Order: sequence, then C-alpha cells, then structure tokens
Amino acid sequence: MTQREGDLFERATEFLAMFRRGAEFTRELVEENARLRRKLHELETRQSDAAQDPKEWERLREELTERIQGLESERQDALERLRALEQENRHFARRCVEIEEENNSLANLYVASYQLHSTLDLPEVLRIVVEIVINLIGAEVVSVYAHDEKTGRLEPVAAEGRDRNRFPALAVGTGLVGVSVERGEILTREPGAAGAAEEPLVSIPLRVGDRSIGAIALFSLLVQKEKFNALDDELFALLAGHAATSILAAQLHAQSERKLNTMQGLIELLTR
Amino acid sequence: MQRRRILIVEDSPTMRQLLMFALKRLPNVEIVEARDGMDGLRKLTGDHFDLALVDINMPVMDGLKLIRLIRDEEALAHMPIAVITTEGAEEDRARALALGADAYLTKPVQAGRVLAVVRELLKV
Repeated sequence: MTQREGDLFERATEFLAMFRRGAEFTRELVEENARLRRKLHELETRQSDAAQDPKEWERLREELTERIQGLESERQDALERLRALEQENRHFARRCVEIEEENNSLANLYVASYQLHSTLDLPEVLRIVVEIVINLIGAEVVSVYAHDEKTGRLEPVAAEGRDRNRFPALAVGTGLVGVSVERGEILTREPGAAGAAEEPLVSIPLRVGDRSIGAIALFSLLVQKEKFNALDDELFALLAGHAATSILAAQLHAQSERKLNTMQGLIELLTR
Repeated sequence: MQRRRILIVEDSPTMRQLLMFALKRLPNVEIVEARDGMDGLRKLTGDHFDLALVDINMPVMDGLKLIRLIRDEEALAHMPIAVITTEGAEEDRARALALGADAYLTKPVQAGRVLAVVRELLKV
C-alpha cells in the first residue's frame, strides 16, 4: 500500500468512527424522545382520570399537599440551621475580636514590663516610663515625680511635652497627685472635665510595698486619643508596680555604685 | 512564598519591640530595626527592603526628612512607607502623604491595624 492509500484508509477509518458515534448519539436521542413521550402520555392519562374520578383527584391533591408540607418543613429546618450558623458565626467573630484585643493588650503589657526591667540606669528607666506613657497610652504632657523622703515633697524628675522646670514640686496630700500618693490609689479625672487647670488627668502613685517612690502624672492626651480604655487601666496598674520597682532598683544601684566608688577611693588612699 | 523584608525606623525601643511583636505574626517576613532616620537611611541604601515603617519625631534625622530622601533615591522611590507617629494633626498627615508616605498611623497603635496596613502595602 502506498503512502497516499495509507492516508486515505486512515481518514476513512476516522470518518467511519465519527459516523458510528453520530449514529449512537442519534439512537440515544430517539430513545430519550420515546421515554419522554411515554411519560407525557402517562401524566396526561393520570390527569384526565383524576379529572373524571373525584377520588383519584382527591388522592392526588392530598399527595401533593403532603409533598408541599414536607418541603415546607425541610425549608423551615434549613432556615433554622442557617440562623444557628449565622449566630455561631457572629459569636466566633466577636470572640475573634476579643482575642485580638486580649492579644494586643498582652503584647503591650509584656513590652512595657520588659522595657521597665531592661536597665538599672535611672535616667534610662525614667525615659522608658515616659516613653510608655506617650507611645502606649497616648499622653501628650507627662511628668514623673520622685518622692523625696527628706523633705516629704514630690520633685519632678522627668517630663515630656513641657519643660521639666515648669512642673512645680508638690506636697503629699495636696492636689490630685499628692492625694493619690498619700492614698496609694490611681486617681483619674475625665478628659475635658472641669477642674484646676494644673491638675493632671491621671495620677499613678509609685509604690513598692508601703514605701512611696513617687508618681506619674498625665496632664493631657494626644489629639487622636479621645478617652482612656481598658488597656490604659491595665497599663496604669502595671506602671504603679513595675515602674516603682524599676526606679527603686535603679536608685539603689546608683547608691551602691557611689558607695563602691567611695570605698575604692578610700582603699586607694590608704594603700598608697 | 517570597521572603519580605521590613525596616522599622523608630527611636523608641518600646515601640520597636511592640512593632516587632505585631509583625512577627506575618509569615515569611524578616524585620530589621533602625534607631533614627540616619540609621534607617544607611540600612535602606545598603540593602533591599520591601517596606519601611517610619516614626516622625526622631533624633539625628526625623522621619519626614527620611521620607524625602527615600523618594529622591531612584532605587527606593517605589518602596512602600508607612508612618507611625504621635503627631495626629491633619496637617502632619497631609505633609507626610505629600512627601510620599503610603500610609499614616497614629500612636497608640493597635497591632491589628498595623498588620492590616502592612498586608495591604505588601499585597500579602
């Protein structure tokens, strides 16, 4: 067989296969057509019988009513399931928001605590305290007071938003800061509430056990910070305890360093 | 998935740690810190970064100057920049955006908000 004859044979085989598939499809169509005709005839007969026979008509009606009721009940079940799912979804969405907020709060508290205990250098500790109040709480003007045990007064030792020298020393027991230190309680005043112009919005007393270390006073908030929230309350409480221990530890460290230097100086003098 | 590099330019160690905490929740991300604008510029010009989070009030070089210099640098002209600052006034926002910042967030920031902005800017 030549190449040309081979090609022709191949094409003829392909055509034959295609023709057979076409014939098969046509046969299936004819069968489907016949089946539908039979079904139509059956339904027409049933309808015509039912129309002539009231009992058959009634039976057919009851059958259809039952079917409708079944479908209605299924629809009701589906709607109830959908409502339950929607409620569950809302619950999960609420939980998700709550968890996100808790996560955010924990991160803030962890970072604040970590930073407060990251150094024994007093100016650095004070800088971190101010930084936390500005960046994590959103205060604009803040002052940190140290309790001078000799004079009994509260001396400003760090500030932000206003020059430190513009904050006067305060007496314990007087004004919001003094009262808060005396009572050992965090005292707040709502932003925008009436009160003495120089009084802070919040005073956080710094205490280690019964020992008063000082106070942190927040005088105003950043423009974008409208009010305090639950996380701020947590941060106030954290600062009251952790900032106090950090400041005291740094003060004691500085004292011991000074004593050590004095001792070393003395030893050097004696051994010269 | 391609690894993304983010530079945090912020003088406050507290804020840097807080932002690191938030960004670590993103997969395939490497975070680098810079403590002021100058340190940030040095790191940005010496290496590749996909995003910079920039504070405004910083010693040595402030955030606005850094943004201007980034946008003047051809290789960095299209790198997304998000500002995170205490400056909440509308004119500060407008100034930063006019200089070329892509997003402007004010402190105190929520980790979720930072992540949403970073995802949007990185298109992840």
